[in-house]
Amino acid sequence: MSWMIKIEDVSKMYRLGLVSSGTLQDDFKRAWYKFKGKEDPFLKIGEENKRDTAGSDYVWALKDINFEVKKGEILGIIGKNGAGKSTLLKLLSKVTKPSTGSIKTRGRIASLLEVGTGFHPELTGRENIFLNGAILGMKKSEIKSKFDEIVDFSGCERYIDTPVKRYSSGMYVRLAFAVAAHLEPEILVVDEVLAVGDAEFQKKAIGKMKDVSQGQGRTVLFVSHNMGSIKSLCSKSILMKNGTITKYGKTDEVINTYLNDSSSNSIVPLNERDDRKGSGKLIAESIKLYNSNNIETSEFIPGERMKLIFKLNGNLESGKFLFNVIFTNNFGSAVAMFRSDEINPNLELNTEKIISIEIPKLNLRPEHYNISYYIANNSFSSENFYDSLENCVSFEVLNFDYFKSGKMIKNGNFGLINANIHS
Amino acid sequence: MSILSIYSGANEIIIYLQFKNKITIPLKLLKLASENDYIEKITPKKHLLDLNLKEIWNYKDLLFLFVRRDFVAVYKQTILGPLWFFIQPIFTTLIFTVVFGRLASIPTDGLPPVLFYMIGITCWNYFAECLIKTSNTFILNSNIFGKVYFPRLVLPISIVISSILKFGIQFVLFISFLIYYYIQGADIQPNIFILLLPFLLLLMAGLGLGFGIFISSLTTKYRDFQFLIAFGVQLFMYATPIVYPLSLAKEKLGSYSWIAVANPMTSIIEAMKYAFLGHGELNWYYLAYSTLFMMVLLFIGVVTFNKVEQTFMDTV
Repeated sequence: MSWMIKIEDVSKMYRLGLVSSGTLQDDFKRAWYKFKGKEDPFLKIGEENKRDTAGSDYVWALKDINFEVKKGEILGIIGKNGAGKSTLLKLLSKVTKPSTGSIKTRGRIASLLEVGTGFHPELTGRENIFLNGAILGMKKSEIKSKFDEIVDFSGCERYIDTPVKRYSSGMYVRLAFAVAAHLEPEILVVDEVLAVGDAEFQKKAIGKMKDVSQGQGRTVLFVSHNMGSIKSLCSKSILMKNGTITKYGKTDEVINTYLNDSSSNSIVPLNERDDRKGSGKLIAESIKLYNSNNIETSEFIPGERMKLIFKLNGNLESGKFLFNVIFTNNFGSAVAMFRSDEINPNLELNTEKIISIEIPKLNLRPEHYNISYYIANNSFSSENFYDSLENCVSFEVLNFDYFKSGKMIKNGNFGLINANIHS
Repeated sequence: MSILSIYSGANEIIIYLQFKNKITIPLKLLKLASENDYIEKITPKKHLLDLNLKEIWNYKDLLFLFVRRDFVAVYKQTILGPLWFFIQPIFTTLIFTVVFGRLASIPTDGLPPVLFYMIGITCWNYFAECLIKTSNTFILNSNIFGKVYFPRLVLPISIVISSILKFGIQFVLFISFLIYYYIQGADIQPNIFILLLPFLLLLMAGLGLGFGIFISSLTTKYRDFQFLIAFGVQLFMYATPIVYPLSLAKEKLGSYSWIAVANPMTSIIEAMKYAFLGHGELNWYYLAYSTLFMMVLLFIGVVTFNKVEQTFMDTV
């Protein structure tokens, strides 16, 4: 099949910091180089987009991107925050221009970087359907012919002549998505807009997206952090990291690479922490987390096995000690605790100085969690601490169809207990 | 069945087939013969003069929906509604009559002060509104511009059009006063040159739009111009014969009177006064100058706007 989008050597540079007299200086310099017929000097000093290290004011948000999307294909784009996904979508939807390279397309591109762009609170639902539709690139006649369908899809029929500022937030989003869902471009670019609305609506939205590509043969580019919806929608995916494409291929493989890749995050330079409490007789040097495939990662699926490996350092006369690990949620409250005196009262320091904690089923709801640990002599009062650190490692629990019901479980920063419901 | 006609565009071929029963069916073929063909290519820079005005025409539905939105949304949840369109010029005229007419005793070319000020204010309001509102285009709409593409020029053009509606309402007010004074027997002679109104309106719209989008393009990176425009428009009004007739300016300024003439708004306001009230200076050379000025300004404005719109999201 032929390509619909062809991206060739696309890069995008951003300048960091504030717009100030410094920018004016750079502008003059750029103009001067252009006047002399030379290349833009600032395109040379760009750096890889690593957010945590300081450097030049110019960074590449995207660097040398090349790929093609075929007709009727849904391509997933995954990667961590700051990998350049949104920048790529912005370039595709012509919101801003690339710094170098070119993008060729064979059809009208409509972008859904947000639902309800241009909605005016004072206008009625009916007026907003027309306005929003036109902003997204539809002709008036086109909207008119689909008007009933849109209203039907949104389920806001009764409110259609009421200003949208009176709508509930759910209705607002449904109406906005309904307009977007009835766009008929050859190419559709979608950024996480499906992450809105209730579960029922999300299902409807995903179904609509499937229709669009499979039934009508349109090309879709889809960005999401939700591996579940990427998996169910896309056959192929690309993985982005620091502005470059690190993997392109079948969605399953790409997702696995992504999960493996994020492991690098779980190794925290514990030696750099200076907020340890305790005598320091026995300290933890490193902590690693492994999933059920023994792959080091910081992202887990609810219900899978989790293994924590602590590498300790120090010497003890008796070899006996207490070990306690606590999982806390984002609000800092504990959701689980693992005490060595409860689980294995005879825990002793072995020669490798490694402790492993194995959790057969990680029953936690999708959310972000932190791990704290305490190593102590014979009781967990602070004067007996050998070493302790709060929030030394964090991990993420991902969305998943835990109950095998075809529905993703809801987020929440607490435990997940298996159950059955019958009538 | 016969082939009625064949249209061959840049990217498509349309063959119109006509059947025996006179039914015509267009057959659309996309020209994508070779592997390297494409319909659109996004590249870092487009040519400075690649203005793509045709695209704006394709988005004319959006243009009119924006106009409608501007008009409907402004006076929602006000009790007096569009009456505010009247109240504004009436009170300004009243104040001008007291301050400039009575206190400062500036002559009004022998015209009733109310009419003299009102026509100036109505025209100036239109120009100023076009200028100020379009000069905010990029900043006020950055949330829309950041999410979806449409020809950016649609927005400022919609502002100029929706302002015409406001101008129309205020102009009706002026005409009612004009009729009242005419019946009262005041010394006013509306003449055939009122047919120039659409042209004069176009000149004002072009000047406001051209200047507005130029400023708008500059403010995306450096906000300094925003402050300039706020009081600049106010000062600019006094450089235009709104509260005084051009004849007075020429008389008092002597050899400096070219300053008043160099202002492209001057000839427009004077022509309006001449056409509707019979006093003023209708000078074809001045008008030709204003037209040229408008065209050059609009061209510079559109080119700058066009250049900035490509990457302004990175700097706004």
